[in-house]
Amino acid sequence: MSFPWANEYKPQHPVMQWVDERLPLPRFVYNAIGGGYPVPRNLNYWWNFGVLSGVALMIQIITGIILAMHYYASIDGAFNSVEHIMRDVNGGWFIRYAHMNGASFFFIVVYIHIFRGLFYGSYKAPREMVWLLGVVIFLLMMATGFMGYVLPWGQMSFWGAQVITGFFSAIPVVGEPLRQWLLGGFAPDQAALNRFFSLHYLLPFVILGAIILHVWALHIPGSSNPTGVAVKAESDTVPFHPYYTAKDGFGLGLFLIAFVLVTFFAPNMLGHPDNYIPANPMSTPAHIVPEWYYWPFYAILRAFTVDFAIPFTGIVIIPAKLMGVLAMFGSILLLFFLPWLDTSPVRSGKYRPLFRKFFYVLVFNIGVLGFCGVMPAEEPYVMLSQLAAAYYFAHFLIILPIVSRIEKTAPLPNSITEAVTGKPLETAAA
Amino acid sequence: MVRLIAGLVGLFFSGMLLISFVTGAYTAVTEPVAPTVESQFHKHPKKVSFKHDGPFGSYDKAQLQRGLKVYAEVCSACHSLNQVAFRNFEDLGYSEDEVKAIAKGWKTEVPSINPETGEPATRPGLPSDKIPSPYANETAARAANNNALPPDLSLMTKARHNGPAYVYSLLTGYQAVPANLPKESRPGTGLHYNPYFANLNLAMAPPLTGDDQVTFDDGTKATKDQMATDVAAFLTWTAEPKMEARKTAGWASLIFLIIFTALCYLSYRTIWADKKH
Repeated sequence: MSFPWANEYKPQHPVMQWVDERLPLPRFVYNAIGGGYPVPRNLNYWWNFGVLSGVALMIQIITGIILAMHYYASIDGAFNSVEHIMRDVNGGWFIRYAHMNGASFFFIVVYIHIFRGLFYGSYKAPREMVWLLGVVIFLLMMATGFMGYVLPWGQMSFWGAQVITGFFSAIPVVGEPLRQWLLGGFAPDQAALNRFFSLHYLLPFVILGAIILHVWALHIPGSSNPTGVAVKAESDTVPFHPYYTAKDGFGLGLFLIAFVLVTFFAPNMLGHPDNYIPANPMSTPAHIVPEWYYWPFYAILRAFTVDFAIPFTGIVIIPAKLMGVLAMFGSILLLFFLPWLDTSPVRSGKYRPLFRKFFYVLVFNIGVLGFCGVMPAEEPYVMLSQLAAAYYFAHFLIILPIVSRIEKTAPLPNSITEAVTGKPLETAAA
Repeated sequence: MVRLIAGLVGLFFSGMLLISFVTGAYTAVTEPVAPTVESQFHKHPKKVSFKHDGPFGSYDKAQLQRGLKVYAEVCSACHSLNQVAFRNFEDLGYSEDEVKAIAKGWKTEVPSINPETGEPATRPGLPSDKIPSPYANETAARAANNNALPPDLSLMTKARHNGPAYVYSLLTGYQAVPANLPKESRPGTGLHYNPYFANLNLAMAPPLTGDDQVTFDDGTKATKDQMATDVAAFLTWTAEPKMEARKTAGWASLIFLIIFTALCYLSYRTIWADKKH
């Protein structure tokens, strides 16, 4: 589907005509990310991060495939095989550091992409399916990232796996057997490492498939834009190529500069030193912390310190540990319901003064949660994380539905063209 | 309906968190947690600078050679270096023949098998060998060290925060036990007080005991401070042997990308020149 004024693919070269009649793959690409996809002309730089996420995934897949050629998934050999890559494989240090930091950069651009969607109401009708698939991709990324971190079989790999799989043991009755089934043993061991490697290789391709669906779903209504006003006429749009390919090229250059700065000059900045110590089941690190992109969720997990119980009877209905696990998963799963929690007809935060204030509080709040996640589980960090986590749930589940009901929104421009040129759609020239 | 259920779930989670907060705050006020001994006495690494610091820094080969000498004559008595091979010492500026001589003359021989009897044996090192460990296995290492295990040093400077400064500080940081240190935190038998070590009491006896413990080939005076700095630099190299190639490649990529980005920016401006947006 597209707008009626979308450019049509007209192959000039006889070979391309021949291909197009038999397998219209070039036509498909042209309509997806070429001149055949009309895009609102007013997208700002925040709209670069979708393409950058795709680039980051490709960096991970390419470096990952090369790493897998030299990596050895064995509890005795994994750590040394990573060091072998760092020391003896030609350019191996680069591939490994690019993969290690590429994961962080993938999460950075995806987090910005998500916050862009939150601010500009990209999750609202008619783009709910785009948003839902996005949350699925995010969940898959978190699972992939976690399993990848286990593979070097350092201290944080091992103890991270121990803690994360320990979540499942909080489930009543079936928890412990479920945990053992997932790990293939009583603790992370050879069986767990092998299956994590297998899944860590599989899931990126599942993510790739989900991204294709995500982009497909996006192309039904077309891209949203900073005003949130729907496209009405041809003058509201420009063809994706060359307009946004050029702009994305510039964004890609800036992204790669940041990536190169970290990968070549501070490659271990985002990692934890303990993962350069081989895994040792007999020695627990002083503080077990996950990778930075899980910190806010780790803080939510640890924020629950009181059992849900009937007062003065000692009957515990939900133990604090289970509640932490439920809340941690719930903090992401609630995003699936976001399109139906925020009922405001206005999409863009630009025209929603009250929503905007709460949005900024949310961004700051998630920063606070991240900080609490990396600090040890001591006061005052636990208390801080409890307030921040309480706001997190209240924001999405209580505040947003109320705000969208009571808010007085600012007047919207009549069209994208009017917002850009200042002239009404009818008289404005492209 | 969705919003009603969401509101109730939100009230439940936020409510439980606020109850947790109040309970935690009450406990924090009524039973304040005493600061740990570690937080009072533990020190962050001292400041120390190296030629390889910073985005342009490269290794000082003479310093790495001195550091190797300190490792070979002092540290290697107890600590292995199992990620490093003798052939890697060519990076420190040694010739092929010098590396052969170092491997052959290494004080621990390489485990092997007697080709005639098949019995376990040892043979002199070759450039292709990894540096042999001073102990046959972990049990032997613990038996010789009062049940403490001397860790492998290959990655030590990457396995600690601010690793090179940590190694330097630990080696030069042994002190007399402070008078106000609580009794239960005082070093027991075979332990030594060192405020740069995480739990303050270190099983390693001070390894650098005084000046001129080793004799440097380049005539540098082997003060305690000099030996500690040099061995910290050497261990930075063992943990990150490709650092120089990494920085060079980094600058090349950066220059390429700056030109690439500038051209992209110009084409972006050209393409959008007649389009208000």
